[in-house]
Parts: sequence; structure tokens; C-alpha cells
Amino acid sequence: MAKLKVDGKEIEVPDHFTLLQACEEAGAEVPRFCFHERLSVAGNCRMCLIEVKGGPPKPAASCAMGVRDLRPGPNGEAPEIFTTTPMVKKAREGVMEFLLINHPLDCPICDQGGECDLQDQAMAFGIDTSRYQENKRAVEDKYIGPLVKTVMNRCIHCTRCVRFTTEVAGIAELGLIGRGEDAEITTYLEQAMTSELQGNVVDLCPVGALTSKPFAFTARPWELNKTESIDVMDALGSAIRVDTRGREVMRIMPRVNEDINEEWISDKTRFIWDGLKTQRLDRPYVKKDGRLQPASWSEAFQAIKAAVAATSGDRIGAIAGDLAAVEEMYALKELVSSLGSQNLDCRQDGAALDPSLGRASYIFNPTIQGIESADALLVIGSNPRFEASVLNARIRKRYRMGNFPIAVIGEQGELRYEYEYLGAGTDSLAELVSGKGKFFATLKKAVRPLIIVGQGALAGEGGAAVLANAAKLAVAVGAVTTEWNGFAVLHTAAARVGGLDLGFVPGEGGRSAAEMVGAMDVLFLLGADEIDLSARKGFTVYIGSHGDNGAHAADVILPGATYTEKSGTWVNTEGRVQIGTRANFAPGEAREDWAIIRALSDVLGKKLPFDSLGELRARLYAAHPHFAEVDVIAAGRSDEIAALAQKAGAMAKSAFASPVKDFYLTNPIARASAVMAECSALARNNFKAAAE
Amino acid sequence: MSVRRLAEDTVQPATFAFNRENAAWAKATIQKYPKGREQSAVIPLLMRAQEQDGWVTKAAIESVADMLGMPYIRVLEVATFYTQFQLKPVGSRAHVQVCGTTPCMLRGAEDLIKVCKSKIAAEPFTLNESGTLSWEEVECQGACVNAPMVMIFKDTFEDLTAERLEEIIDLFDAGKGADVEPGPQIDRIYSAPVGGLTTLQTPDEAETKKAPARASKGDGDKAVSVPPSNAAKPKTSAEVTNPTLKTPATAKKASARNARIEGETVDKSKPAKKPR
Repeated sequence: MAKLKVDGKEIEVPDHFTLLQACEEAGAEVPRFCFHERLSVAGNCRMCLIEVKGGPPKPAASCAMGVRDLRPGPNGEAPEIFTTTPMVKKAREGVMEFLLINHPLDCPICDQGGECDLQDQAMAFGIDTSRYQENKRAVEDKYIGPLVKTVMNRCIHCTRCVRFTTEVAGIAELGLIGRGEDAEITTYLEQAMTSELQGNVVDLCPVGALTSKPFAFTARPWELNKTESIDVMDALGSAIRVDTRGREVMRIMPRVNEDINEEWISDKTRFIWDGLKTQRLDRPYVKKDGRLQPASWSEAFQAIKAAVAATSGDRIGAIAGDLAAVEEMYALKELVSSLGSQNLDCRQDGAALDPSLGRASYIFNPTIQGIESADALLVIGSNPRFEASVLNARIRKRYRMGNFPIAVIGEQGELRYEYEYLGAGTDSLAELVSGKGKFFATLKKAVRPLIIVGQGALAGEGGAAVLANAAKLAVAVGAVTTEWNGFAVLHTAAARVGGLDLGFVPGEGGRSAAEMVGAMDVLFLLGADEIDLSARKGFTVYIGSHGDNGAHAADVILPGATYTEKSGTWVNTEGRVQIGTRANFAPGEAREDWAIIRALSDVLGKKLPFDSLGELRARLYAAHPHFAEVDVIAAGRSDEIAALAQKAGAMAKSAFASPVKDFYLTNPIARASAVMAECSALARNNFKAAAE
Repeated sequence: MSVRRLAEDTVQPATFAFNRENAAWAKATIQKYPKGREQSAVIPLLMRAQEQDGWVTKAAIESVADMLGMPYIRVLEVATFYTQFQLKPVGSRAHVQVCGTTPCMLRGAEDLIKVCKSKIAAEPFTLNESGTLSWEEVECQGACVNAPMVMIFKDTFEDLTAERLEEIIDLFDAGKGADVEPGPQIDRIYSAPVGGLTTLQTPDEAETKKAPARASKGDGDKAVSVPPSNAAKPKTSAEVTNPTLKTPATAKKASARNARIEGETVDKSKPAKKPR
């Protein structure tokens, strides 16, 4: 710890702090452009100049000077720094004047207007006039991909975007070419960026040089209603802010949540919003004369009633989709059970996850933040870059700290960090489980080994054996102790952990999702679009928001709400319970999914005992108390892993394939989004798009 | 200086490879650096690529990047940062770099540029009609004593006149560049004084034995004391040249008082004096 005085106020901060951090600690505001807490220090904008007593007789860049570099006074007094002296004021005004020399005065047509660091700081720390009479510099705009729009006249060369893409995203694609006045930010020959996290440069850019292309010229930040919510595009449950105007979602921004996404979100999370407006089911449909025709709610319910009445309970089933909230899954489970059915499944991909094995067997036990304290990593059957891009950035963060051996069994993809490739499937895993191979020794030697098991390894018939063997490996290398549980299941579906927690799986004699498709007389699909319905026979009810795979196979469509249109609980891959808030309303006659199920239950004569979301939640919390603990992880027990390890047997020979074939098109909302379609086409084409 | 971009695709060669000698040299250069720090060799390698091809091609940038395990954009950053790297084709027989920095400019670099404009091309970085010559204006090449000068490849041609530069350009254009002697183009040894040495000549033994020459009476007639010249003094009526004007240098007390009021240059590390 170092003691110092900031503007006369004495504080104590850790040794590694910079002066800027110390000033913030003391409550003194220091303007900055290039400095960012999560990126390396560049020190090139000079906006954070402060005065250091006893230092050289000039202002010092506070972001680039550490508190341990300060010298004490002649009699051992604490070093002093100042942020409000005339010297500092003059320095800031000078820097701001220089920055504004070449910055265009186009705030009225700039998308950053209203949330622009330069605008705000020019107001707070700048002077009111310019002495510059010459022409401003002009810079050609660059094409750097379909998501990020560039207006390079506005760039102030803070290089935050370059540092982000290089350090966090792991792509060395953006760079600063040229020098001095002619310096320009660009990608090599204006190729599109290949990162799944590139949208974050829009937030990082302190000016309007990099802005969101899909959002361009659509709204001003001050006319948007901001709702804090939870993302459902992957199983991380990243913290987001949904910005709406009227009924429309205009954009999605990240919120800071150190436990999950820090302050990054993936491009799918950020640019999905145009998919919320297209392909929507805005009224009920009933299949008449071989085609789906618009109907009223009561017609739709009557059609379902007739179908349910014509069959018995054991031939009724329900499959929950990947975006479903806990509340509606709970309501559907109650309804289907009351109809006398055990046929429930939330695992469309057939992953061998079983709640009866204990919660530890299907959650990401070490937690996402725990990745940073792990010291060896084995990834089994997963491509975290596509399955959980933000989590992949966390792995990369740990990788950059050094001394972090990583090995992969499964698909050999570009993960944005170096790893040792052990093999494609069960053979390599079996070898490792039997204690052979160098990487087993590496894991064994590690104090906190981390084993990530992806859905690619768990899908299919051999999944249960793979899961048990992975657990056996975890136990064998000492990944499961009282302090550390390094057994981590990485999910790809936001609804999955919640569904497993609820027990939305086949009961005694119940059928699994794949079996239900062909066998059930009445099948309820709660936003289930990822399952193959080509063999579907019998009556199908689709409750969901988008006209996608599930709706095409349906006999009755009940229009539901998307994740921005309902308040719902989701449990992320760590087992963290989070509640998303409603930001806007569903279009047309669409309703919140739990309310649809509640209304349907009344028609079917099995009225569910709740009339409001509050009552539903009260019953839910009574049955499953851990859902009431929001933002908390109900930790899995390590003896559950040990028990699972006991079941390890021989594995059938197979290769693991990541379930995410196309990062941009993993769910019905994404498939309805034109922006995602463009990104997907570009990625399929290996990012070889012609520059505009 | 202006925005530097890679040359048009039409002039870019499809591939680049070091020739055998250069490849061996490149390998040795890379090995100078510790493992994992190979990219330190990027500047020497790019320079050698330029020497081989005359300019840095896109293919050369990619080839060097691949050799060093660097992303292409990082090599492009280096190649665009340093103006020594020619990103567009230059004259096959000579690329004339005319120094335009102050000493050369005062000694007639502007005339040299005029020569280049008329003999080579009206614009810098442009090839002449036959593609043999090009020119550019560069910053100081460190031969200020022999100003004005031009640099062609690795040789400097100093103490130039417009006429001499024309001759040199003609010789290079004819492919006889090797015949031109580099260095001063007038009767001068390197950067020694024009017209022969004025000091360190062979000592006159008779002189050295005598008393110090300066004290001798006989010299007094020849050496007329020259009063300080006013030649360099500005001849303007501008306010700033007024010697009676008070400045911090002439009125220390007043300026110190001002400074204390504004609090800008006061050294806070010293104990404050009581105000008078």
C-alpha cells in the first residue's frame, strides 16, 4: 500500500495503482480518452495530465505513472498530487484545444452525440473558443466490417480499438498506420474484422469515429428508454441494457457485471435487435385445410382442447426451447403434468445432462470469474469462441497473464489463444482419463485445474459416458476439492440450466425430446426451434415469438414474447439466477408465454393456481427455493462429481463436434435478423467481402 | 508528408521472395534476436526487401510478416510509419532524394527541386516517362555542412548546383550512375573548408618558436578591430522587438509577482514566502 495526498486529501492505495486510479479513489475526477481500465496503458491522449509535487515542473500523464514512482517530500511527507491547480486546468485546456483542432464540428449529425466522451469533456474541461483558422484534416472512411461504421475524420487516435481487438478479442487486425497528422485506424487492406466481440469497439470509441452500423441515424441516446436486462443469446446471461423508443427496441448495450461479462458482449447479443421486429408471430394461427390461417385466441385454444381431449396423458409431451424463461417452463411443466404426462424435455440437442446426478454435474462450477484463478485448462468438445464468446475472452485474459497451459479435445478451431490439440474425440479423452499423456501430468500438477465440458461432447448416445469420464478425469487430477471445483459444463442455451433446475426432463417412463417428435399425439413446443421436426406426426402446438422451424411444423401457433418483452428468470451456465426485465411490449396479440399457458390451462380444465407473475413466482420459489436468490449461485456439491465419476465406463468411439455451427444463426431471433444474416454470410465466405 | 498507402494493385507484383543471398542474410538477422522476439527484425527485413525490389511491395509486406510470424497489419503499420520505405514504385535507375531542410534550403535546395521537377516529373513519387527516374523531398540527411545535397540510393551527392544535379541525373538516366563520384561535387575534401584547409596546416617552425603571434606588434596594423555588427538585429518596428519592453528576462520581480498571482509557475515544493 502506498500513501499519498490527492488535492490535500490523504488516501492509501495499493502499490500497483496508477495516479489516475488513485485520483478516482480519492474522488477526484480525471478526464481521459485513451485510458481504459481493462486495456493496456497507452498514454497517448494526454488528457489525464495532473500536477505532481516535487516532480518535473510540468504536468504528468496520470494514467501512465504509478503511485510507487512518486517521491515523498523532503521530510518524508506523503507525496502530493493535484488535479485542480491552474497548471492542470491550463494543461487540460491545451490538450483539448489540440484534440479539437482536427475534430470535425459535426456533433449534430454524429451518432455519438449525447454520449460522446469528447463532447462531455470539451464541455467540462475545454475552452469556449478555437484559435485554429486552418483547414481541418480529412481522412477517408474505412470499411472494417458490417457491424462497425467508421467516420475517420472524428478519430482522435486513442487506439482503444486497436488495443481491445489485440488484447481482449485476440485478433491483430486493427492497426494505426501512418504517423503524426496522417495516422489512420484501419484493418489490413480494409478487410472485415473477424472477431465475435468487435461490436465492443463501438462502446470503447470515445468519439464518433466507430459507431454501430445497424443503429446509424436511427435514434438519439436521450430519447431512448433504458431497461436493464439479461441476455439470452448464449448461456452466460450477460448483463445488457435494452434501449427502446416506444414499442421498438432500438439497440442493446452491455452493462458492467464483473462476475460474467465484465463490460463486453458478443456481436450476437448486441446486434440481434433487428431480429426482434421481423418474422414475428403477432396473432394466433390454426391449421385449417392444410395451411395455417389467422385465428382468434379462443379458436386456437378450442383446437388444442379438442386435440388434448382426443388422446391420453402419456401421449402428450412438451419440449422447452433454448430461450425460454424459468417461469413459463414452470407453468408448462405444471400444465403438462396435470394432464397426466411425464413427457417433458428441455434438452433439444439430447445432451446427457441429468438433474438427478446433482446440480454440480451440469453447471459451470468454478464460475466464470474463477477462470482467472485457474492454472491449467482442458476443453472437451467445445468451441468457447462460438459457444460463449465473452467467456472465451475471459479465458484469453487468463492466458495473457501467462503460465496457463490449455489443451483441447474436439474440434480444432481458432480460439484466439494457443492450445495443445489432443485429439478429436473419445479416444483422446479415454487416454487422458487412464492417466496417460503429458497433459494429464500438467493437469495433475496444477493447483486449480479447470475442465470445460461442452455440449458437443454430451450430445448423442455416448454423452452420459463422456460426462462421467470427464468427471472421473476431474477427480483424478484433483480438480474437485473442498476449495476448488474445476468441473465446468459449458452450456449454449440460456434456458438449459433453468430447465434442469426445474426438472423439465422426462419423468418416470417419460420420453426424451427426440422420441417425443415421432410419438406424441399432442406436442407443446415452447419456443423449441432447434429440434428436427421433419418426422413429426400428430398435433403440434407452438408457443413462441418467431415464425421459425417450430412454427412451420405447428398445427396451432400461440404468439409469445421475446426476452425483451417479458420479465423472466434465466439461470446461466454457472447456475446463477438472474431476472430480465421487460423493456417493450410484444407486437399485436402476442402475450407473455406464462400468461398464454395459464389461459390455456383454464380452457383445458386444469386451471393453474396463479393469476399473476407474482403469484407464479411465489409458487415457483416455494417449490424451488434457489430461484428466489437472484444473482446468487447455489453451488453444486463436489461429492456429486465424485459420485458421477464412479459411473465412468467405456465410451463409444466418436468425435466431438461443437453444436454451434454458425455463431450468428443459433436461435430464431438471430435467424430473423438481417444483420446476423449478413455477418453469417461474411463468415461463411471467410470474411472476403469487397470493400465498399 | 502525406497519407501513405500501398501502391495500386495494378503495379503490385503477385509474389515476393528474397533472393538467395538476401534470404541467408534475413535468416541470420532474425537469429540475432531472442526466441519470441523475432519481430524485432521487421525494419531490417523490410529495408532489405526495398533494396532488392526498389520499393516495398504488398507481397513483400506479407512475406516479411509470414517470416516473422507477425499479423500483416503490424508490418503495414511499420511500413507506413517510416518514410524511408517507398510504398510505390520508384525510378529503376535512380530515386533522387532532395534534402529540403533549412540548411540545404538556404543553400539552394529549392533550385535542385526545380531541376527535379523539370528533368524527372512535376510531382514527387512520380516516375518519369521511361520509368527510370523519380524524386522526392526528404528531411535532413545529416550533410548540412555540404548543403545542398541529394541522396540517390545509399550515396550522397553534396555541394550541388542546379547544373551539376542535371548532369548527375543525366548520367544516372543513362545508366552510368556508378561513374559519378559520391560526396562533394566541388573541390573540397569531405566537409573540410571550401578552398583548402584553414587550420591544422603544416606548422611553420619559425613561427612557433617566436612569442605568441597575436601579441606581436606587427599584426596590430593588419587586424582591425571589428565592432559587433547590427546585421542580424531585426529591423522592424514590431512591438516584440522593442528592447525597452519588459519581459520576464528583464523584469524578474514583476514577472515573479505575476506568476504568483496566477499560480502557474510557482514551485509549490518550496515553502511559500510571505507576501510583501
